[in-house]
Amino acid sequence: MSWLSPLAVDIIIAVLKAIVILLVAVVAGAFLSFVERRLLALWQDRYGPNRVGPFGSLQLAADMLKMFFKEDWIPSFADKKLFVLAPAIALGSLLLSFMIIPITPTWGVADLNIGILFFFAMAGINVYAVLFAGYSSANKYALLGAMRASAQTLSYEVFMGLSLMGIVAMTGSFNMRDIVNAQTDVWFIIPQFFGFCTFIIAGIAVTHRAPFDQPEAEQELADGYHVEYSGMKWGMFFVGEYVGVVLISALIATLFFGGWHGPLLPPFIWFLLKTCFFIMLFVLIRAALARPRYDAVMNFGWKFCLPLTLLNLLATGAVILLHASATT
Amino acid sequence: MTADTALSNSSQDVAQDGIVAELYAQFGAEAFTLQPTLIGMPVVWAAREQLLDIMKFLRGVPRPYVMLYDLHGVDERLRMHRDGLPKADFTVFYQLMSLERNSDIMLKVALSEADLRVPTVTGIWPNANWYEREVFDMFGIDFPGHPHLTRILMPPNWNGHPLRKDYPARATEFDPYTLTMEGQDKAQEALRFNPEDWGMQRRTEETDYMFLNLGPNHPSAHGAFRIVLQLDGEEIVDCVPDIGYHHRAAEKMGERQSWHSYIPYTDRVDYTGGVMNNLPYILAVEKLAGIKVPARVETIRIMMAELFRISSHLLFLGTYLQDLGAMSPVFFAFTDRQKSYEVIEAITGFRMHPAWFRIGGVAQDLPKGWEGKVKSFIDWMPKRLNEYQRAMMDNAVVRERTKGVAAYTTREALEWGVTGPNLRATGFEFDLRKARPYSGYENFEFEIPVAHNGDAFDRGMMRIEEMRQSLRIMQQCLDNMPAGDYKADHPLTTPPPREKMLQHIETLITHFLQVSWGPVLKANESQQMIEATKGINSYYLTSDGNTMSYRTRIRTPSYPHLQQIPAVMRGGFVPDLIAHLGSIDFVMADVDR
Repeated sequence: MSWLSPLAVDIIIAVLKAIVILLVAVVAGAFLSFVERRLLALWQDRYGPNRVGPFGSLQLAADMLKMFFKEDWIPSFADKKLFVLAPAIALGSLLLSFMIIPITPTWGVADLNIGILFFFAMAGINVYAVLFAGYSSANKYALLGAMRASAQTLSYEVFMGLSLMGIVAMTGSFNMRDIVNAQTDVWFIIPQFFGFCTFIIAGIAVTHRAPFDQPEAEQELADGYHVEYSGMKWGMFFVGEYVGVVLISALIATLFFGGWHGPLLPPFIWFLLKTCFFIMLFVLIRAALARPRYDAVMNFGWKFCLPLTLLNLLATGAVILLHASATT
Repeated sequence: MTADTALSNSSQDVAQDGIVAELYAQFGAEAFTLQPTLIGMPVVWAAREQLLDIMKFLRGVPRPYVMLYDLHGVDERLRMHRDGLPKADFTVFYQLMSLERNSDIMLKVALSEADLRVPTVTGIWPNANWYEREVFDMFGIDFPGHPHLTRILMPPNWNGHPLRKDYPARATEFDPYTLTMEGQDKAQEALRFNPEDWGMQRRTEETDYMFLNLGPNHPSAHGAFRIVLQLDGEEIVDCVPDIGYHHRAAEKMGERQSWHSYIPYTDRVDYTGGVMNNLPYILAVEKLAGIKVPARVETIRIMMAELFRISSHLLFLGTYLQDLGAMSPVFFAFTDRQKSYEVIEAITGFRMHPAWFRIGGVAQDLPKGWEGKVKSFIDWMPKRLNEYQRAMMDNAVVRERTKGVAAYTTREALEWGVTGPNLRATGFEFDLRKARPYSGYENFEFEIPVAHNGDAFDRGMMRIEEMRQSLRIMQQCLDNMPAGDYKADHPLTTPPPREKMLQHIETLITHFLQVSWGPVLKANESQQMIEATKGINSYYLTSDGNTMSYRTRIRTPSYPHLQQIPAVMRGGFVPDLIAHLGSIDFVMADVDR
């Protein structure tokens, strides 16, 4: 079997790993819909879904069955191509971002030297999903939702990028593995506390989770940009949102909490625990807070978060330069 | 106003009432006809030609009549007992409220069938707008000068005027209902919103406006309520509320149900208020019948009404916060409501619509062990209320969403007929339970919570404070429940006490008649206003000496509250509208009846 050269074996293993990570990401995202409902129920003094399977764990299967068999309706007044494209982008762009996440020293899809930038690019593309969905639905509620989403995402991505530049400056690399390795001694949450604060805010905003769910705001826009979607297309938006939650949680764990680093337990468990903690935080925030007004969210982004990230970046730069001049 | 004057039935007393004397001095006694009633306020008939002058006079008189409390019509054509009243086929009546005098006056205008026109009073009281539209809708009476006289409760393509006496009340009196394709298209077309009809522009030189149809099915519309928004971006330039999707003709039903069998209908008017709705109706009927109920009945009624007030306010609080995007409080509020329903169920045997009050009493005596149930509820609530206040009302996001949003002043509130907690949120202390005590409220110690900014936040806080006061009242009911009978000893008490029915054949026949026909009430008119969960609710009953009401007018608080929305929402944003809708505390069943 001469074709089975070491290179080919490496490629096959890498592809298999990538597929496993992809599947885990999708299933985790979908399963999160169940976990969230149970967690919300816990905090809201009720049971949540507990009928299907032990403790309701098979709820996901029931939900998926329902969604698959639902009529996949495209409104006659919709712009069909964009209407179909939007959910694909919503799920696809976020799944692609998983590529850059180093799960353990040996697991991870791609070791890109532009790691973080790739995530920003994908998050940027994700805006189009909302924009296309809102535009192509030819529905006023969807349009308002899309307007809110694009304005919100634009403003929040500005400082999301900047909030991570402190880390990049300290590590001297965009590469995620370098960033994790730079946290062997001290997690970046300590030197980059303000970066962390703004990144988590921007992260919530980018996934359109409460309290930054203005684009879908059920009480105001009756689900906003995806109001015309049904069946699996809606399901893709739905799962996309949860994949986004997993992704942002994994990023927070990786960028600020040392990724797989931790005592005693194996690296994967550490990564998992940290990610789950932040997923839980997402759900808790949703259970606890009301939704601020849309213009207040914009003001908060531009007038508070952006200056804060800039100051953080300036301070980080100053410290690095001072440090460098002191050592030379 | 004392109970004595409220029950005065002679025109002699009424003529000495300050305002009637003032009217006589201004317009001459011959311009008016005084009608003796049990309503508890002067009822004055005036000529149509003088109506506007009289209205302006009343609006401008020292200690003025600031609020148009109610305006509606009566089809007088089949009324038998109208001795001494001006000849009329139709009547339009106006109830005006003076808060400084703490008294009201009712003005009536007689109309002949050939000339159904009354000048509009929208120039004096802006909230006359919807009322006049409803009178037009229900009776076909024209109001020349009205800015937009169209149907309001019935669809625009409806035939006939439902509250007229020649309009059937039963489906069996109609031809079977059919809907053809053309009919459906017509009905659909009638729903289309035409901005020009409302004096709105579709575009200006700089802006193309978006017309957003919010409702009748929308998560935050709290029932079948539609409001069309004229938007510039997300800013509301103007809006037009559209009601009537929940109309069940409760007033018409009053004309075909016996005095007794109408009670369950009242439950469903404000369906969150339960027996609170029975109260004004029952009190008005008891006025007509001349029944004085025992103290125990009064106290039981107050206790149950306050329990339902808490239950309604809890629903308000949960949905209000949910409208602001906080998803958890509603679940906690429903847990608390369940606790209240446990008490309600134990006492009345029913949950939302117990229909438990009776003419001259309540349905049963309190069950054994009711004290424990009530006590555990009173013990449970305060810490929960504190929790709501700390977790939500003190929360920065909730404050940011509600402070200063949809704020209006006391003057604006009165102008639009706003009552109840929404009026008190503007800083005006007016609570019927204190100002005009009924059913024994004068025996209780409680405070009237007042806020000062009249914004969405204050309206939310008001409810939490009111629940605390209601708990206080319930505690006093628990501590001082009088002994005695749960039914009045009166021939018109319905159903009559059972022990009285088994004496001999005569009592059995009386009982039988009272249960099958229901009581027959003497011809007269009466009215009772109460401080209901959402504001002032009243039943204005006209008896024509029959087993049924001749005319039942239900004035509900939610109706004017919705009418006011455009006045406070212009210039706001869509999320502000949602916050405002949440803070009004309206129920569409209460609006449309």
